[in-house]
Amino acid sequence: MNRVLTALLNGLAALGQGVLSAAAHTGQLTLFIRQLMGRLIPAWTRPKLIVQEIYAIGVLSLVIIVISGGFVGLVLGLQGFNILSKFNATESLGVMVALSLVRELGPVVTALLFAGRAGSAVTAEIALMKTTEQLAAMEMMAVDPLRRVIAPRFWGAVIAMPLLAGLFSLVGIAGGYFIGVVVLGVDAASYWGQIQQQMQPMDDVMNGVIKSLVFGVVIGLVAVFEGFNAEPTSLGISRATTRTVVLSSLLVLGLDFILTAWMFGA
Amino acid sequence: MNSFIQFEQMSFSRGRNLIFDRIDMAIPRGKITAIMGPSGTGKTTLLRLIGGQIKPKSGRVLVDGLDMGKASSQALLAMRRRLGMLFQNGALFTDLTAADNVAFPLREHTRLPPALIARIVALKLQAVGLLAAADQMPAALSGGMARRVALARALALDPELMLYDEPFTGQDPINVGVLLRLIASLNQALGLTSVLVSHDVAEVFAIADCVFVINEGRVVAKGSPDELRAQMPHVPFLRQFLEGAPDDNQSQASQQSANYLANALGLKPPSDKRSALRGTR
Amino acid sequence: MMNTQRGIEIVVGAFVLAGMLALLVLTLKWSDFGTSSVSGYTVSAQFDNIGGLTDRSPIKLAGVTIGRVSSIQIDPKTFEAVVTMVIGSQYNDLPKDSFASIYTAGLLGAQYIEISPGGDTQVLKNGDKITMTQSAVVLEKIISKFLFNKAAEK
Repeated sequence: MNRVLTALLNGLAALGQGVLSAAAHTGQLTLFIRQLMGRLIPAWTRPKLIVQEIYAIGVLSLVIIVISGGFVGLVLGLQGFNILSKFNATESLGVMVALSLVRELGPVVTALLFAGRAGSAVTAEIALMKTTEQLAAMEMMAVDPLRRVIAPRFWGAVIAMPLLAGLFSLVGIAGGYFIGVVVLGVDAASYWGQIQQQMQPMDDVMNGVIKSLVFGVVIGLVAVFEGFNAEPTSLGISRATTRTVVLSSLLVLGLDFILTAWMFGA
Repeated sequence: MNSFIQFEQMSFSRGRNLIFDRIDMAIPRGKITAIMGPSGTGKTTLLRLIGGQIKPKSGRVLVDGLDMGKASSQALLAMRRRLGMLFQNGALFTDLTAADNVAFPLREHTRLPPALIARIVALKLQAVGLLAAADQMPAALSGGMARRVALARALALDPELMLYDEPFTGQDPINVGVLLRLIASLNQALGLTSVLVSHDVAEVFAIADCVFVINEGRVVAKGSPDELRAQMPHVPFLRQFLEGAPDDNQSQASQQSANYLANALGLKPPSDKRSALRGTR
Repeated sequence: MMNTQRGIEIVVGAFVLAGMLALLVLTLKWSDFGTSSVSGYTVSAQFDNIGGLTDRSPIKLAGVTIGRVSSIQIDPKTFEAVVTMVIGSQYNDLPKDSFASIYTAGLLGAQYIEISPGGDTQVLKNGDKITMTQSAVVLEKIISKFLFNKAAEK
């Protein structure tokens, strides 16, 4: 009886602890966003720093994004062909591949890969700078680390994300074309023609861009926040990196549902 | 009043730990002042309070008359440009070469032409004897060299006040000698005010004009090295700290662990068995 | 040092440009893809109702694609749809009295025009018109007709 009670109390305590730490985390994040907001515009007085981050965050993610986009396109083409051929509707392969990519898979898969490739790197870099007192040294040199280090990385993520998602979708459509038209013999003109008819450039593509922008903001914010607030130990760095990937992936998937419901739902 | 930095009834706590308890200190201008104390007395915290990176709980920290706890961020930034800090491990930017590290504050705060910046950087690196290492990345530098590059960086903007955080820790004797000479000669040649936190007694006593000893949040002794030596016999803590003698608690603990170890290895304990058992509890 | 910075800037510029281009390509009307390969002669046909037929829908003969719909207009007098199609020049011996019908590929598939050859010795030439046509089947019409007949039987 006593043991049951203790176990119960322990469970309750764990729950309370979890809630409290989540609340503290949220509070920290709110404070951090407020501090960062003031630096976002001034950061553009040094465009070279932002260019450098677009390179580190965007260009260096290009390989994984392009390769993944190609494979996703190949798989979509193959699966789509199998399903559509049952309905004798393989002409619609192009539009199926294109819409899946532009509306959903492009932004979401790119965001997940981006969180793993670039988000974790940004977190680890900032956390290590904090641990080795580089940020403190900057502050003592009267240089604001939020403006000099954090804001450019955030901008890098926001700018790189939609571009990467666009490339992902395009490469994916080409991959679908390769499997569908070159390998499986779907009519090339139908592949492109159906895309043209069914896809609404402004709606579908713009919605995809909006999604990937939102994901870029979320991943950038989570990555710099976790890095900046990492505990200055090696364990702290590894925890922060993990949290960046987990938290931003979950946020991306959750937000994707909300955005999809808002854009395409009732 | 000829003090550059003044602590007035300053208290600081972290969580429930009171780290400084209403301390008063006046750090003279143009001199080398050392703040000493055992590890964990918050010496680094003291430097951050001087730099205004953290605020005192109560009381004031005045740097050249500016209250660092209440100053506007503008005034704080302006003041920080007048001071340089050498971090314990150098805190060099790992993605920049030694020369770029030294150039960093210049590029951030001045609009000097690149050629001039390169000359200033060469000059500063020359001053710390590392001109040859200008193009090395920090990872390729030894600990002592990294610290000297960091010193050159701290000096880049010709500060009026230099803060040194444990400059001698983990250095080989030759490096310690080099750093000692550098700190002393820079202070003289450039008319700096230097503040040094350290627990290396011999080194500090060799160059400091004025020493504060801190323990358990309070200043327990102050004065020139000679004055401290004179005070030593009267202040038990000072004797312990300066002579490196273990205090009663520590000696007891080490005795107990020795007993425990001997016991565990099946050796005959140095003293009677009962005290060894007490030690394991 | 200056060189790597410049290299980075160039690469980033290329990256941004490529990304923008990708987005632009996605928003483009894909007008010219795939059609350029079709060359041949043009014939037209009139239908009451073309259903879901569109530009670039295939023209098939015995299930083999031999051409494409190139444009769809409305005849201002008859209010019928005029479908212009391009048929590959190697299929230049279709009888003049061939029959054009609109079918659906499968249950959900896209619609296409099936050509059933007639017996005429004269062949279709550029600018000719196929006179015998069958319109697209509209599912709702069949259902309502079926129900109507059922009701009439009783």
